[in-house]
Amino acid sequence: MTFLTQNAIFGLLVGGLYGLAAVGLSLVFGVLKMLNVAHGELIMLGGYIGFWLFTLWGVDPFLSLVPSALLLLLVGMLLYRALFSRLIRFPDETKLKNSILIGFGLALILQTLAILAWKADERTVTTPYAGSVLPVHGVIVPLLRLGGLAVALLTLGGLHLFLHHTLPGKAIRATAEDVEAASLVGIPVPVIFLSAFGLGGALAGIAGTLVSMTDAVSPAMGLSWTLKALIVVVLGGLGNIFGTFLAGLFLGMAESISGFFLGNAYREVMGLVLFLLVLSLRPQGLFGRG
Amino acid sequence: MGGRSTARGLLLAAAAAALSLLPLLTGNQAVVNWAVLVLLHAALAQSWNLLGGFAGQVNLGHAAFFGLGALATRRLWLGGLPLGGAFLLGAAAAAAMGVVVGIPSLRLRGPYLAIGTLAVAEILRITVGNALPQVSSLPAASLAAYTLVPRYYLALLLAALVTATAWWLTRSRFGYGLVAVREDEGVAEAIGVNAFRHKVAAFVLSGCFAGMAGGVFAFYHVSFYPAFAFDPLWTFDPLLITYLGGVGTVWGPPIGAVFFLVLQEALALRLGELHLLVFGILFIAVVVALPGGFMEVVRNFRRPRPSRAGIRLDSDGTSTP
Repeated sequence: MTFLTQNAIFGLLVGGLYGLAAVGLSLVFGVLKMLNVAHGELIMLGGYIGFWLFTLWGVDPFLSLVPSALLLLLVGMLLYRALFSRLIRFPDETKLKNSILIGFGLALILQTLAILAWKADERTVTTPYAGSVLPVHGVIVPLLRLGGLAVALLTLGGLHLFLHHTLPGKAIRATAEDVEAASLVGIPVPVIFLSAFGLGGALAGIAGTLVSMTDAVSPAMGLSWTLKALIVVVLGGLGNIFGTFLAGLFLGMAESISGFFLGNAYREVMGLVLFLLVLSLRPQGLFGRG
Repeated sequence: MGGRSTARGLLLAAAAAALSLLPLLTGNQAVVNWAVLVLLHAALAQSWNLLGGFAGQVNLGHAAFFGLGALATRRLWLGGLPLGGAFLLGAAAAAAMGVVVGIPSLRLRGPYLAIGTLAVAEILRITVGNALPQVSSLPAASLAAYTLVPRYYLALLLAALVTATAWWLTRSRFGYGLVAVREDEGVAEAIGVNAFRHKVAAFVLSGCFAGMAGGVFAFYHVSFYPAFAFDPLWTFDPLLITYLGGVGTVWGPPIGAVFFLVLQEALALRLGELHLLVFGILFIAVVVALPGGFMEVVRNFRRPRPSRAGIRLDSDGTSTP
């Protein structure tokens, strides 16, 4: 029983990270109606930023979160300007399809670049406090993951406040709701698109640097993170930050508990199966409103 | 027009003759081997094109069908079944998966089809990798008897079959229905096309042919890890080939396959990993700047003035009628 509780706790801690990994994707989709399937590769870049800052200059990965977010903000805006902005003039369906295709090509490019620049090896960041744990009633809570969960919560909370209580945030939400109406009331829609994409990148950067603290970073990690993010986004209901976070926790727990019963090799499969079930039974998401 | 279609017929006949005689014309095994790969990729890309190009439905889990066909054919064949039976059962397995996956996922709109199919392919890849971690090699007896020629003809037969199917789509009621669904599902429904049935049929057809391509792969490859046949690469390469050649056209995938393998051969030797970078950039460039692929270049060359009115059946998915 303790073992199961342990797994559930672990899943909860990982799940916060899943929620964070997904929320950038969700934001971009909500605002631009584009699906960036290279989101996992942006997370990969964030992971490498954490790894290299630590390895070269000994920067604590929690501090690297800031440069990582800023750099990925730039990368996101750059990618939008160079590629995704070309799709805006298309009708929704074509836009969505072509954004998936561009993301597919982009994922290949970023993966190859990462292999060329940094080799295909798996990298990890091992801070002096990496092994510290907090024992609670016989259950072990790894401090690093607890810190990760805290960062995820803070980031998502900050994002919520930004979107609901600031003018630019409200402009982003208005654009997500109705592009034409938004531009009619004077919201500079192109700027909103650009910043939403950049913000999505920044969120991926934060998620990636958090990943580098607890999991391996490698050029090939992108696809599995994209999938996780997609699963979480769909489970949580598109464009719903709170739902996305809950869905992240849910996926983390489900993976962890199924890993406990079926063996670790199948934990990812269970997440995917769960996702397909929800997709076919409740396409509006577990936490979305139909 | 008559002169042009005669010329095209002659060209087609010459190409068919050259392709069916190729193993007799050259004793160079490397050339035949390369040709097998071209035909395999052409067939797989064309199978993706049937759904992705003509019906406009993006399937990112094509590797699942290829892998399932490869796995089933390989195991049945090495288990003692005659190749033809193993091949057809592999295709049937892929078609069955098309029904099981297609019916729930094609009801959904938006990004769900792409995500759902990607998830299916990853589930299968991970599960197969866990369950069958051993490399699958041909036994010594069949290895001693291995020749490329039967592989070549099987691949040629399949590539011809899938391409003929694509050609049939450009002039059949079913094909018109698919294109109508691609251009506007609502309008298609309004003129009496059952969009859902058309999509499911195209999905199953596309998956079945991809399974057959997997069967060719199983027959051709001396040894491979079963999970390798489920690698996302088997989705990406056909997509790239289809878009390079011209999505939604009959001749786009074969032309794209030739180009893809020429380029791969030329680049992989000189650039190593870097050649994937070139492919990625090329792919994005085509999607962004030349959504009709090579076939659009050919069309524009032949028809400099604006084209006829009405839906162009061989047009790309994005251009307006």
